[in-house]
Amino acid sequence: MEELALHILDLVQNSLAAGATLVEITIVEDSKANCLTISIADNGCGMKKEFVDRVLDPFTTTRTTRRVGLGLPLLFMTAGQCGGGLSIDSKPGQGTKITATFELDHWDLPPLGDMAGTVTTLLVGQVEMDLLYRHIVDGLEFRLDTRELRAQLDPVPLTEPRVLTFLRAYIQGELANLHGGG
Amino acid sequence: MTGKLRSLDDLRRLRNETKRTMQDRVGSEIKIIVGMGTCGIAAGAREVMTAILEELAKRNLSVNVLQTGCIGMCQQEPLMDVVRPGEGRITYGNVTPRDVPRIIGQHVVNGQIVEDLVIGRTD
Repeated sequence: MEELALHILDLVQNSLAAGATLVEITIVEDSKANCLTISIADNGCGMKKEFVDRVLDPFTTTRTTRRVGLGLPLLFMTAGQCGGGLSIDSKPGQGTKITATFELDHWDLPPLGDMAGTVTTLLVGQVEMDLLYRHIVDGLEFRLDTRELRAQLDPVPLTEPRVLTFLRAYIQGELANLHGGG
Repeated sequence: MTGKLRSLDDLRRLRNETKRTMQDRVGSEIKIIVGMGTCGIAAGAREVMTAILEELAKRNLSVNVLQTGCIGMCQQEPLMDVVRPGEGRITYGNVTPRDVPRIIGQHVVNGQIVEDLVIGRTD
């Protein structure tokens, strides 16, 4: 994957497949600690311990169209190459939290990429899943909660192309501000 | 802070405007489906999805856009399916954001299949 934002898009698909109705994406960029932390927490069906132990192996998957699953192994590899790591905390019936860390100034760290595109793509067609996206850069926070947005927009659905296109530009602008570009 | 407030005002304006025009739109029975498995994402499905949203927003169409996982045709991702009511499901392969306005204008709106991009059909 060329961007960390694409890894995030990919991993949230697992949350959706697990029947999650709320997914929390948290990105923390801490330049003092030279650390980037990405976490994805969902309230989906969770995984048994035996499955968690095997889930970083590419030949572990629940899919039926192919016998390999590459989402988590790819992120595991990227984190490892960037002086960080990956942890999985999952309980059947409660949900799963994936946390990946990276050295912020590592040579091999892929760009964060288009988080605005990732978030809006995730929301396409979703009537039952809400997203809480928090992005913190050296203590400054941007926060987007689709439960609040849905309430503001009612009766217009959040999944309206015009709404999602607006949202993408809005997130882009806010993230540029966070990174000092605005 | 002011930026955020201004955007919320914009959101309210967009809500009211969209609400007004929602009734007299066509296309709500048409479906577009984009493959969003690991293979699709790595091949550029997010950019295709973004282009679809922009084109639909521009034309103010209320097409039902959905995502699906890997369907086993990974080498031809990004995949974009168009399903018009009463017609078969047409699968476009190796779709780029540049193809999207053509597929939407020609097929979704006018019902003419973009033959050179088709890789599969199901009745």
